[in-house]
Amino acid sequence: MDLYQELILEHSKRPHHAGLREPFGAEVHHVNPTCGDEVTLRVHVEGTGADAVVRDISYDALGCSISMASTSVLAEEVIGHTVAEAMTTHEAMRTMLTSKGADAGDEELIGDGVAFAGVSRYPARVKCALLGWMAFTDALHQAGIDTTTTDSTSNDSTIIERSSKDES
Amino acid sequence: MSATTFTDAELARIRAGFPILSRTVRDGKPLVYLDSGATSQRYAGALDAERAFSEQVNSAVHRGAHQLSEEATDAYEGARATVARFVGGADEEVVFTKNATESLNLVAYAFSNSVAGQAKDPRLDLGVGDEILITEMEHHANLVPWQELARRTGATLRWIGVTDEGRLDLEGVHGPALGELLTERTKVFAFTHVSNVLGTINPVRELTAAARAVGALTVLDACQSAPHLRLDVADLGVDFVAFSGHKMFGPTGVGALWGRSELLHAMPPFITGGSMIETVRMEATTYAPPPQRFEAGSPNSAQVVGLGAAIDYLDELGLDRIAAHEHALTERLLAGLAQRPWVRVVGPADAVDRVGAVAFDVQGVHAHDVGQVLDDQGVAVRVGHHCAWPLHRRMGVTATTRATLAAYNSPSELDTMLDALDRVPAIFGVAS
Repeated sequence: MDLYQELILEHSKRPHHAGLREPFGAEVHHVNPTCGDEVTLRVHVEGTGADAVVRDISYDALGCSISMASTSVLAEEVIGHTVAEAMTTHEAMRTMLTSKGADAGDEELIGDGVAFAGVSRYPARVKCALLGWMAFTDALHQAGIDTTTTDSTSNDSTIIERSSKDES
Repeated sequence: MSATTFTDAELARIRAGFPILSRTVRDGKPLVYLDSGATSQRYAGALDAERAFSEQVNSAVHRGAHQLSEEATDAYEGARATVARFVGGADEEVVFTKNATESLNLVAYAFSNSVAGQAKDPRLDLGVGDEILITEMEHHANLVPWQELARRTGATLRWIGVTDEGRLDLEGVHGPALGELLTERTKVFAFTHVSNVLGTINPVRELTAAARAVGALTVLDACQSAPHLRLDVADLGVDFVAFSGHKMFGPTGVGALWGRSELLHAMPPFITGGSMIETVRMEATTYAPPPQRFEAGSPNSAQVVGLGAAIDYLDELGLDRIAAHEHALTERLLAGLAQRPWVRVVGPADAVDRVGAVAFDVQGVHAHDVGQVLDDQGVAVRVGHHCAWPLHRRMGVTATTRATLAAYNSPSELDTMLDALDRVPAIFGVAS
C-alpha cells in the first residue's frame, strides 16, 4: 500500500522528540472524537515577533501510525525554527494533506512530511495526520504567540480548527 | 436452533436483492461489506416501495380529503401495522421517529417533561433520590440521553459493569451486582438487547423480570437485534423498544419506538407542532392520543413505507433462518480469528448468546491502520470506538476493528477478510 511509506512506519515506531518536557509556554490536549486518538502537546517558544523561535515541542500521543508519525515529523520539522517558518511548514503540510492527491508536497518546506502525500487520497485519514499539527497551532495561540508575522496563514488554521471541532 | 442456514442458491438470491453488493471498490476489488452494524445495505424492494410511494401516491398523510391523501395515509398506516406485527405489539403502540436515537430521547424526555409530582403516571415522576440504571456496554445513543435526563431532573445515573469476557456483570464480580443496582429507587432501566461492539446478547427476560419486581420501567435498544433476532415485546417483557430502519435493510431517516399503550397515553409530547394536537387555542393546546402525539410535523412518509417493505422482507427470509445463517458465519469468523494469536477478540470468544458483531484488537497495530489494510483489499469494516467509548475504556482498548455481519454475507467473504487481515503484521512489522 502506498499509504504506509517506510518513513511513516519508522516515525510511528520511534517517534522523535516524544515525551512531555519542561519548560513550556502552553499545553493542549486534542482528541479525534471519531476514533478516540489523543495527543497532549507542549510548546516552548523563546523571543517575540519575528524573532520568536520554537525551542521545543514535546508530546504524549496515543493513536494510529499516521497520527503518531505526523506528530513526530511536526516536532522534527519545527523545533529550532522561527514561528514564522513553522507556520509556513504547517500551511504547506495542510495544503498537501487536503489536496486529495493533487499536491505531492514540497520536501524543502515539509521534509519527511512528503511521505504523507498519499494520505490526502484517504479523506478519513487526513484528520489523523493533522491531529498533532492542529494541537501545535492551538498551543501557540494558547501561549499567546503571534502567528500572524508570516504570510496570512493564521486565518486558514483557524478554519481547520473549527471544522475539526465540528465533527463529532 | 432448528432453523437451517441459507443454501448457496438462496444466498445468491438474497445478495441479488442488494445491488450495491455487486460493485467493486479500490481498483476493482469486489466489495466485502462487513459494516452492517453501522448501517446495513438497502434492500431493493424497500427502495422500490419508496419510489412507488413517491411516484404514485405522494401527498400529505392524515390530512386532505382527496384520494391521494387517503392512499398515502393507508400506505403510512400500513407500515405501522407491519412494524407492530414485527414486534408483536398493537398498531397504536408504534411511533415513527427519525431513528433509534430520537426514539430513546423521546422516552427520556417523557420523564423530565412530566412536571414533577404531576406526571399522569407516577412511574414517569423522576427527581432527586430516584435512580436511572443503564449499562457500561451502551452505545452513546442509550447513554448520553440518560446522563442528560439525570442532569435535568437531579436523579442519579448508575450502571451495570461489564465482565472481562464482555457480558453484563450481573453477579457483581468487578463492581456492584444487579441486585444492588436495581432497587426501589430505580425508576427506569435502559439497556441494549445486543452490544454493537461485543455482539453479546443480553438476558432481556431476566433483566425485565428483575425490573418489574422493583417497579422500574424498561427501555430496550434493539438496533443491533432487530435485523438478526426475533423480537417479541410480550415475551421479552419490556416497556419500550427502539430501533432504526437503516440498520435493518431499510432507509435512513426513519426509526421506530414501540411503547406499552398505557405508558404512551400517560406521556407528554416530546416534539410539538402540527399533526400532534387535539385542539389549539391561543392560550393552550391539548394533544392527540398516541401515536400521533409523538409524530409532530410532516412525517418522512416515503421512508416509513420503505421501512415497512424492509420488514416484510426480513419476515419473508425468516428471522430464525437469518439467525441460523449468521450464527454459522459468526462461528467461522471467531474460529478464524482464534487461529491468529496476534488477534484478540473483544467480546465473547465463542458464538453462544452472541451475534455477528465481532470487534478485535491486533496487537501493536492501531485499529485505523488495520481497517485501512482491509479496505485496500475491498473489505469494509468499522474502526474506532463505535460510539461506545466507555465500553472501550472498560475493555482496555482505545479503539477496535469491528466486523458486523448481516443476512447477505457469505462464508467466502469472511475468508477474504481473514486473508486481508494476514497482511497486517508484515506491513507494520509486528509479530504474527
